[in-house]
Amino acid sequence: MRPDDLLQPTPRGLYCPPADVYIDPVRSVERALITHGHSDHARPGHGAVLATAATLKIMAIRYGENFAGTVQAADWGRPVTINGVTFTFHPAGHILGSAQIAVSWKGLTIVASGDYKRGRDPTAEPFEVVPCDVFITEATFGLPVFRHPDPAAEVAKLLASLRLFPDRAHLVGAYALGKAQRVMSLVRAAGWDQPIYMHGAAEKLTRFYEAEGIDLGEVRLVKAADRKALGGAVLLCLPGSMKDVWARRFPDPVTAFASGWMRVRARARQGGVELPLIISDHSDWDELRETIRETGASEVWVTHGQEDALVHWCGTVGLKARPLRLVGYGEEGEAEPADLAPASTEPAA
Amino acid sequence: MNRFAALLDRLAYEPRRNAKLALIADHFRSTPDPERGFALAAMTGALSFRNAKAGLIRGLIAERTDPVLFGLSYDYVGDLSETVALMWPAPEGPARNEPPPTLSEVVTTLASTSKTALPRILAGWLDHLDETGRWALLKLITGALRIGVSARLAKTAVAALGDRDPDEIELVWPGLKPPYEELFAWVEGRGPRPEAIDPAPFRPPMLAHGIEDEDFAKLDPADFAAEWKWDGIRVQAAAGTLPDGRRVARLYSRTGEDISAAFPDLAEAMSFNGAIDGELLVLREGRVQSFNVLQQRLNRKQVTPAMLADFPAHIRAYDLIVADGEDLRDRPFAARRALLEAFVGSIGSPRVDLSPLVPFDSWDALAASRLDPASAAAGEDAEAIEGLMIKQLQSAYMPGRPKGLWYKWKRDPMAVDCVLMYAQRGHGKRSSFYSDFTFGVWRAGPSGDELVPVGKAYFGFTDEELGQLDRFVRNNTINRFGPVREVVHSATEGLVLEIAFEGLQRSTRHKSGVAMRFPRIARIRWDKPPGEADRIEALEVRLKD
Repeated sequence: MRPDDLLQPTPRGLYCPPADVYIDPVRSVERALITHGHSDHARPGHGAVLATAATLKIMAIRYGENFAGTVQAADWGRPVTINGVTFTFHPAGHILGSAQIAVSWKGLTIVASGDYKRGRDPTAEPFEVVPCDVFITEATFGLPVFRHPDPAAEVAKLLASLRLFPDRAHLVGAYALGKAQRVMSLVRAAGWDQPIYMHGAAEKLTRFYEAEGIDLGEVRLVKAADRKALGGAVLLCLPGSMKDVWARRFPDPVTAFASGWMRVRARARQGGVELPLIISDHSDWDELRETIRETGASEVWVTHGQEDALVHWCGTVGLKARPLRLVGYGEEGEAEPADLAPASTEPAA
Repeated sequence: MNRFAALLDRLAYEPRRNAKLALIADHFRSTPDPERGFALAAMTGALSFRNAKAGLIRGLIAERTDPVLFGLSYDYVGDLSETVALMWPAPEGPARNEPPPTLSEVVTTLASTSKTALPRILAGWLDHLDETGRWALLKLITGALRIGVSARLAKTAVAALGDRDPDEIELVWPGLKPPYEELFAWVEGRGPRPEAIDPAPFRPPMLAHGIEDEDFAKLDPADFAAEWKWDGIRVQAAAGTLPDGRRVARLYSRTGEDISAAFPDLAEAMSFNGAIDGELLVLREGRVQSFNVLQQRLNRKQVTPAMLADFPAHIRAYDLIVADGEDLRDRPFAARRALLEAFVGSIGSPRVDLSPLVPFDSWDALAASRLDPASAAAGEDAEAIEGLMIKQLQSAYMPGRPKGLWYKWKRDPMAVDCVLMYAQRGHGKRSSFYSDFTFGVWRAGPSGDELVPVGKAYFGFTDEELGQLDRFVRNNTINRFGPVREVVHSATEGLVLEIAFEGLQRSTRHKSGVAMRFPRIARIRWDKPPGEADRIEALEVRLKD
């Protein structure tokens, strides 16, 4: 049997013919397995959805209770069998509830890892290495230039700026699901004990994280506060809102942005970011390679991102590898900052 | 080096001039001599390291990384120094606790290091710096800081240390050398004013605003003069005599960079005492050549006699800033213009002439001249005209871009609908996005209509559109040729781009037989099927014989 008989790329997403299910389909299908709640992986309108309890709750928050015909919660580590194929969900460490899905059939195991990271993050279940024959990996930061620094040191830059400019509001661009809560948690770990403010669009998801037992300290909504009085405050904003009028009403704001893309200067400048914070929920180059090795997989499929370099590296260490060239991923969670970050504020030449 | 690296890092992300100024001034205040002086030298372009070439850096990284991975990374990052800074592997063996090099150490060591010893020294420094330090070091030694700081801004920050006028710094600057200890001592009130009065300092030029349709109703044509906006390089030609009798002649760019070295032919012709605001052009047999021709003389380290003969440089004068020691900037434009006419006449060199005024009595009459400069006395030089400058007769010569005094009125571009065919990642500001687009128009082929490439565009889109274009390319790639992606382009599938351009020429180098001047993306036509894009005939009718 070839691995392709068990899982194969299609325009709708990864398809498993013997079980007749899709993993993270980009269009609506009869039966979908979802790795995590970011909107490019979790879309509404499927007939039946199998995902972790947290992912199901996130989908209900974003799309309403009737986001799918039927839903089933997958427990961590407990196999679910469909037409003789077993599917097991293991933590991916990307955001709360994010899973890798191990697919086993007739002695062959393929792990579809979704998006994942290895670094410590109290807002997500820690990544688990799942031994497999074929490892399907993302490659958002699959280039040797991407080495994420210690996130604590990045948050220290933010706190240093707050000390230097105590009268300026510090707007931190971060995606509403996952990144915003992780940044809040990092800011708390760095000892910041004043209230953290957030954009209204992040409210439901942040309250959900809190309800799941993640302590983020006092988090207030921006709209409830007098914006003029927010000099020296930390404000979590959605990337899209940073170029709105919304962001201009704060006292002399400093524009920060939390993303792995901030490693590349042109990327930060293209987004008009003044204080880039290199904080990512994806694996960096070292973590991708380390994870591939640890799974013991003899074959690697690369879904989306900078697949060329990772496929090349696999070849240099004797691993069979190929890009899947799936379309439609990488739009949320760590989307390209020019789409979402504030417009350039370069003065006219 | 770390302090300097931190400064460059902050400056690179800081768009606001005043914030940049504050950061630089703060650095000068909190950094001792000679470190701050070398930082000033780096920002004013006073340092050059002859042996530190890009090739050397490529060699160092090639010894340490996989060539394919380096190639992909460089293609993505779009900047050699940054790619190397990020990819540089941690040194093998036990960590040594040597401190990273200071800026002074880097500058003085490089000045005295032979070409053969350089790779080892540079590698040692790179081993001891972090990503930001490595980036700053490589930017410094390759002379490509690109932090949005002009020499003028750095000098303004020095002036701010002692409440001095930046022009005072310009006056003493030519006699000074890095690390400028006597300059800092003077502005900080600890020493005498450095000698050496510059007879040809840079004075920031006056710039214009683009005119909007609604402006005309508010402006009285009788209050204004108009002249051609030549498609060359705006320069300031300043010349004078030192106390010891030596002649000084300098050509400054708009931002105050001294570009005299590339134009010895002009320096010779600048026999006057004063400063002229004008356009740098190449003239052959009295005819103004296209910007492409001028470009071939720019950024040359060495100017050969053949260059001088084939590309004779020329100044077309717009304004007179200083004449025979007298600063004319407070006088009205009309008075300066009269003085300029006499001044240019007295120079008596064919290399310096007057940009003619364009007479008009109504905005409609001026619009007609703009539409057809050839008939409005510009004759054959019409091709080298970018548009018109409209200047208030009473306007003083004010540095910067004051409102309501000078306007520019560019010619309307031509536009054509093309189909996107290939894309490549860009460099610089656009790096890591697919931002270099090759586009084509339809023509009759042996087996029906086919697309033929007619040009390449790198700009014209907003940051948001860039994101959309990048995503379109990634999702519609049908072929990869190294860094180039071929995107879907058939009559029914693909993307139409409205391309604006300034002119069209026959070209034997292009498959289509035409070359566009200054093409850029005017609009993305998501709505238009590629089959309805323009045909080559639409371009051919615009070709001039």
